[in-house]
Amino acid sequence: MENQVQTADRSAVDQLIDIVSKFTSRISMILPDDVTAKLRELAAEETNPMAKMIYETMERNQQVAAELKRPSCQDTGLIQMFCHVGSRFPYIDELASALEEAVARSTREAPLRHNTVETFNEKNTGTNTGTKSPWIYWDLVPNSDELKLDVYMAGGGCSLPGQGKTLMPGEGYEGVVKFVLDVMTSYGLNACPPLLVGIGIGTSIDSAAYMSKLALMRPIGSSNENPLAAQFEKDVQAAIDSIGLGPQGLAGKRSVMGVHVENSARHPSVISVAVNVGCWSHRRGTILIKPDLSYELLTSKGATL
Amino acid sequence: MKKVLQTPVSAEDLKDIKIGDVIFLSGHIVTCRDVAHRRLIEYGRELPVDLQGGAIFHAGPIVRKIEGTEDRYEMISVGPTTSMRMEKFEYDFIQQTGVKVIVGKGGMGPKTEAGCKEFGAIHCVFPAGNAVIAAVTVQEIESQHWMDLGMPETLWVCRVEEFGPLIVSIDTEGNNLFENNKVIFNERKEEALAELNQKVRFIK
Repeated sequence: MENQVQTADRSAVDQLIDIVSKFTSRISMILPDDVTAKLRELAAEETNPMAKMIYETMERNQQVAAELKRPSCQDTGLIQMFCHVGSRFPYIDELASALEEAVARSTREAPLRHNTVETFNEKNTGTNTGTKSPWIYWDLVPNSDELKLDVYMAGGGCSLPGQGKTLMPGEGYEGVVKFVLDVMTSYGLNACPPLLVGIGIGTSIDSAAYMSKLALMRPIGSSNENPLAAQFEKDVQAAIDSIGLGPQGLAGKRSVMGVHVENSARHPSVISVAVNVGCWSHRRGTILIKPDLSYELLTSKGATL
Repeated sequence: MKKVLQTPVSAEDLKDIKIGDVIFLSGHIVTCRDVAHRRLIEYGRELPVDLQGGAIFHAGPIVRKIEGTEDRYEMISVGPTTSMRMEKFEYDFIQQTGVKVIVGKGGMGPKTEAGCKEFGAIHCVFPAGNAVIAAVTVQEIESQHWMDLGMPETLWVCRVEEFGPLIVSIDTEGNNLFENNKVIFNERKEEALAELNQKVRFIK
């Protein structure tokens, strides 16, 4: 009897691995709805001929990638996940190993680029799994039996601008925006604009860094729930747009797909800010998996795996 | 008219090409990035391919072994990586290899400018993230070298047909499109910050 239960569990876990693996592969090939819509909107209002040519190339690339079922960008990133798991999700105990196996499977099947190099040993594992890789953030959701999973391909180019700084309050939010805009015109330029800019604001550098990445999981066009922070998002976006980085940093009408701020209360003596950016090919997806392993792709309406 | 460069590229071929031009490349291009640069310049190891008049691509592709072969691979997805990482090596690299066309992402700095000017080479940007468009112009991977570096860092020798669009970012006179743009971007940034500072006075 006990054996039967274990067998049934294993086949269900394998199904879970299969879903996450196929979802990861899909993310490498097809951009989520919000990114696609935003890129079309930016392309439509562009007037600079070079920028228009680049937007047309992007659109064509995404079409060919979908037709040929290939990763649309060769840098399929180091996989990061935000795992919002219900405390009663039936596979919670097997989840960490299932997610790791899903990444290895997607690496073989998509195929994804081998992007996981063990630090110090400096050897590529060849599987996209390794020490603390995929990198997973855990968020335990009480009284829920579902799993909401954000999968993100953290590319090298868009990870490079990632920076944070702990400021003295005397520098104020003026110091915060200067820090953010300096990143835009230095590293941001090469990180494949139009960018999605994630800003974390809080006490210590680790909390700010975490929130700046979390901000990139939000749907484009969403706003911070604090009206002051929401206005700050709009103001910072307008400021970065006015620089006119354009696609590929080769100048154009706008610079970004959006600016998202995530914030926490802070210690009165410090204000930490961190920036993470997503490139135009912002490959993140969110999937909702039910206890019976039926699922819904929240970032690709109506799509199945 | 579509400007198509053919490898091997001569100094003559490059002399009328200016920053902001859009060109294409036919012939051969070799993927070559961080560790390959380091091995040549810092460790003095000889590069396993001849790049005289040739082209390199700052890129780490996804390749797949062709079934039923020992060592043949097909190009699945290939696009540029951040060129600036190779800046510290590129002057010496151009001098030592005789490479004429460097393709990558984003701008490069004064060392590359000097190398391009002195030895007659150009740096171009392939619009990044468009890796399938690039991959389908690869007719064949003719050989691969230094496979101990792993898939992204291996030197993949690709035969290409009208590979592009390539946007010229540094020309043989050492003009630098990104550096020119940066001046404008920084001016606009200062204006934007002045305005923004009025709106973010939350600490009163």
